[in-house]
Amino acid sequence: MRVTLDIGRFNPEAADPKPYRQEFALEVEEYYTVLDGLIHIREYEDPTLAVRCSCRASICGSCALRINGHAGLGCKTKLISVMDRNGRVRVDPVGNMAPVKDLVWDMKPFWDKIRAVEPYLQPEGPEPVEEYIAPQEAMLHLVGVMGCIMCGACVSDCTVLEVDKNFLGPAALAKAYRFVGDPRDGATKGRLKRLNEYSGIWDCTRCMECVQVCPKGVAPMERIMVLRDKAIAAGMHGTNGARHAESFAEMVKHTGWLNEFWLVPRTYGMFNLMNLNAMFAALPVAWRALRRGKLPTPLHPKREGAEHVRRIFEKVEGPKP
Amino acid sequence: MKVAFYPGCVARGGCPELYPATLLVCQKLGIELEELTGAACTGAGVLQEKDRKLGDALNARTFAMAERKGLPIMTICSTCQGVMSQANKRLQDDDAYRAQINEVLKEEGLEYKGNVEIKHLLWVMVEDIGVDKVKALFTRKLQDLRIAPFYGCYIVRPSWALGFSEHPDRQGALETLIEAVGATVVDFEGKTKCCGLPILLINEKNSVDMVAKHTSTAQNLGANAMVTPCPLCHLNLDGYQPKAAKQSGIAIHMPILHLPQLMGLAMGFSPKEMGLERHIVSTKAVEAKIREAQPARA
Ligand code: SF4
Ligand code: SF4
Ligand code: FES
Repeated sequence: MRVTLDIGRFNPEAADPKPYRQEFALEVEEYYTVLDGLIHIREYEDPTLAVRCSCRASICGSCALRINGHAGLGCKTKLISVMDRNGRVRVDPVGNMAPVKDLVWDMKPFWDKIRAVEPYLQPEGPEPVEEYIAPQEAMLHLVGVMGCIMCGACVSDCTVLEVDKNFLGPAALAKAYRFVGDPRDGATKGRLKRLNEYSGIWDCTRCMECVQVCPKGVAPMERIMVLRDKAIAAGMHGTNGARHAESFAEMVKHTGWLNEFWLVPRTYGMFNLMNLNAMFAALPVAWRALRRGKLPTPLHPKREGAEHVRRIFEKVEGPKP
Repeated sequence: MKVAFYPGCVARGGCPELYPATLLVCQKLGIELEELTGAACTGAGVLQEKDRKLGDALNARTFAMAERKGLPIMTICSTCQGVMSQANKRLQDDDAYRAQINEVLKEEGLEYKGNVEIKHLLWVMVEDIGVDKVKALFTRKLQDLRIAPFYGCYIVRPSWALGFSEHPDRQGALETLIEAVGATVVDFEGKTKCCGLPILLINEKNSVDMVAKHTSTAQNLGANAMVTPCPLCHLNLDGYQPKAAKQSGIAIHMPILHLPQLMGLAMGFSPKEMGLERHIVSTKAVEAKIREAQPARA
């Protein structure tokens, strides 16, 4: 099988260290993975090509890169499944992280964020004589997150990290869930409090890039959604994010649908002086919209059948505590 | 064809130009719309943050309404489409879960058996009607437009909930239609990224930075308009573009068209009929190019 790998490269020791592209045309077997192709190049074509790998079996998490623009594991992706009609495949280093050389990138910021969520059990009370026992059912929901191999694919494609390097990001937040969700952990409240701050759970834009690219089905975004719900349930109502989710739900509950007009002041907190600035900042946008006749109306009549919507809310959510 | 029409909240709220434009275009396309007037909001992923089961119950109620009519559901919003597709997959894949949800719907006399198809107008045009038939309705050739596609997250991810393996055409549907109107596709990496709207009220700076990034990238690549099948993306990319220009210090001018508007313009409707005057970013430059458009030959 003929394949052309179009590789995004970078040599920090070059006289003019700028990223450049280089193509390699290879004759390979049909079962070759992207990583096999890269190793083939390193062995037979260009020994200077830097690529990181170890297990070659989606276990160690070393070989994350971008294949045709999307992050994935080189060792888990067959060339035949990603090459175009002309047998071409584009390979680049992961995004959102600095390249060290060619396809190898600096993992320090990745580990710093993992460390920031204190990824270890912090049990409460006296140590048991033998071991910390947890019931099977209480651990099952953690199996998915424990499957994380720290490859960084999710971090590579996270849309928020593209504009804000401070965001904790999908891998660290999924790791945080792993401990918040552990029945043996005693630090839940403190963990949630920190995750509730800026750059934490509420900054995720729900783009699902991390869910799409994670090679292990960790679904970081879904864990972030559970953390949001847990933060609200723990009484942390004071963020724009919590107010946004709660007022959205209230509106749908009582009228069956959404009105964007009221979502703005309710999210900023109707009587929240701290947020007056944000409210005023929204005014020019509202004014422009009003002039074009597209500001949603403050009138928010109930939709047909709204009483059924309300009943469904009450039935599924159960009685309010 | 006849469909159970689910316009979504934003097509009648923040983007009021979208609803009437869709009605005109669907009439031309021969899509008969029976609107699901009693259907609730899909939850838009926000309700699902708090309680996924709640979101699924509300959507199952909508599905049951369409199933009773024996019609597929048609959406005009990437977010509605994705949220419904995900809910439908969970309900179809797991009979026990569906039964649990049906328990909640029973009181209203509704039951969802799991047989409803949900399709965005974008998909209906390429799959059910067919590009050639759509093309035959065009009276203008929009050859001077260079258009960047912008899908909206929910209609591209997660791919396994959106039927891409059975319907491979869905993934490039927007490009197919841009070519069909005679315009040039300006391909760019941001086309499947997030517009930033979900965090607009939570972290405005980041949200507006995303608007700046996508609109300015498309502009640098020579696009003179962007088209989206998602009114939520439109809200942010259009409504917050002036702020994005200010925040980034880049002079951005990128008119954002709703997909039905682009179709309608090619079908010969006037910019006014398509509601272009309601946009925040002026569409004057696009309108000028439309005045110069050649008649289309089918
Ligand atoms: S869903 Fe959230 S965490 Fe995941 S990639 Fe998108 S913004 Fe990042
Ligand atoms: S969550 Fe998935 S993509 Fe992210 S580091 Fe872990 S295994 Fe890799
Ligand atoms: S080489 Fe270990 S995960 Fe790819």
